[in-house]
Amino acid sequence: MDLKDLYRDVIVDHNRHPRNFREIPDADRRADGFNPLCGDKLTVFVKLDGGRISDVSFNGSGCAISIASASLLTESVKGKTIAEAEGLFSQMHQLLTRDDIDIDVTRLGKLGALSGVREFPARVKCASLCWHTLDAALHQQEQVSTE
Amino acid sequence: MNAVHTVAGNPTALDVAAIRRDFPVLERTVRGLPLSYLDNAASSQRPRAVIDAMSRYYETSHANVHRGVHTLSQEATDLFEGAREKVRRFINAKSTREIIFVRGTTEAINLVAQSYGRPTLGPGDEILVSWLEHHANIVPWQMLCQQTGATLKVAPITTSGEVDFDAFAALLASRTKLVALAHVSNALGTVIPVQRFIAAARARGVPVLLDGAQAVPHMTVDVQALDCDFYAFSGHKMCGPTGIGVLYGRESLLNAMPPWQGGGDMILAVSFEKTVYNGLPYKFEAGTPDIAGAIGLGAAIDYLETLGMERIAAAELALLAYANEQLATVPGLRFVGTAPEKAAVVSFTIDGVHPHDLGTILDHEGVAIRTGHHCAMPVMDFFGLPATARASFAFYNTRAEIDRLVVALHTAREMLG
Ligand SMILES: Cc1ncc(COP(=O)(O)O)c(C=O)c1O
Repeated sequence: MDLKDLYRDVIVDHNRHPRNFREIPDADRRADGFNPLCGDKLTVFVKLDGGRISDVSFNGSGCAISIASASLLTESVKGKTIAEAEGLFSQMHQLLTRDDIDIDVTRLGKLGALSGVREFPARVKCASLCWHTLDAALHQQEQVSTE
Repeated sequence: MNAVHTVAGNPTALDVAAIRRDFPVLERTVRGLPLSYLDNAASSQRPRAVIDAMSRYYETSHANVHRGVHTLSQEATDLFEGAREKVRRFINAKSTREIIFVRGTTEAINLVAQSYGRPTLGPGDEILVSWLEHHANIVPWQMLCQQTGATLKVAPITTSGEVDFDAFAALLASRTKLVALAHVSNALGTVIPVQRFIAAARARGVPVLLDGAQAVPHMTVDVQALDCDFYAFSGHKMCGPTGIGVLYGRESLLNAMPPWQGGGDMILAVSFEKTVYNGLPYKFEAGTPDIAGAIGLGAAIDYLETLGMERIAAAELALLAYANEQLATVPGLRFVGTAPEKAAVVSFTIDGVHPHDLGTILDHEGVAIRTGHHCAMPVMDFFGLPATARASFAFYNTRAEIDRLVVALHTAREMLG
């Protein structure tokens, strides 16, 4: 277990320069996510066009893992249908929590950079916070907490 | 028995190498590296003397206390009550009737809230706390306010992390029914000059509870000299076991308070018509207590007293000074909490590196620190921070461990900053 497995270049880059780090003022959906253990707070904004996510963004504060994960999330779900985004959510959930099954990381694209997180159980919630928050936004809940 | 570990020729300086051999856990490694345990404010480690006292009790003398005439029950009772006397002496209470064994600081504060506060407070009454309290000294009072209609007032802190005395004094009003104040802040390390606060409260006849969780392990505490009414602390932060703590209460107040929980041990006679409560301290100790925990706490007090609280305080303050000096060399490091009088706790942030990442990276170097809100979210809000990193030292820590902390912080900056 190497730290470099957790803080891969992609993660460090997305933490330093988060993509889609902004508010969408006229978002159709938004939700706040909170991780009380480390104080991470994210807001995810979604703009919908029919059943498709035409724009998605986030803001807030958090550790490198949660910021990079949220940044990667926005890149990967933009243009997807709600059903596709939810499919990704469940794959990410497996990637982060299940070391007993082989996940085809290549299918996840850049999101695969988060596969090292499952070796650091204390950090899984950091990586999954944005996904739970997106899920809450899509289901029109206003708040989620990882506790 | 405990040996006095002082440096040859210098009876005021502790021999850290000898002391470290008393703590079995300090021999372990983390990820192949020696452990640098710098999370003592969350919980300290145990010397072998404490572990042995508890094992010996279980191996030779365990039985329930205050119940039997048989030998083991008598021995267990003697050990348990002997521990109470050690606690009394350690904090210089007048009587063992004022020493109530509880699970920890949290339970002690809840006991006072429910047994002292609930029957005496009503709408319009106020409880005064400070902005730097641990959640354990906030939430029980909020619950009490909900139950009684009383109001919680909060004395502000300054940017150095000190409680603003003038603002505190201005908030003391005829409606104030209780002051609850930390003796030492867990999040920042500030030592609150409590005498002044207590004097102001007592001048108005307001009783004072001190949360001493972070004070008792690191300094001499004398409840009579402090002249406080309640004092709460936890065994696990002072080299004792988890699951045991102490509520000191002024006897006259404790006498007037109704019991908190009902059950065995806290009664003299029970019938369905009338139950007669036991006297102090048993009135507040319903059910079988944590006998082994109390014995372990007694052994921890013996250990600390052998080293000497003054020598412990001096050693820890020397570590604090060294840490302040070394940490100041880390670029982008900002100290959070800079009161002139502090316990050996350093809270800080590093530009561009979130405390949670620091925690993980430091752990990889074998350095254990706490990161997060330290159960003091209002303090974090005051400084506009989601979290800080906190290194907290005990007398068994070394300068070399602080050096490792500093090196690891440089690594973290290179990695993420
Ligand atoms: C200042 C302070 N008060 C209260 C507590 C709560 O102590 P315990 O969890 O042992 O009940 C702590 C422990 O973190 C503390 O540092």
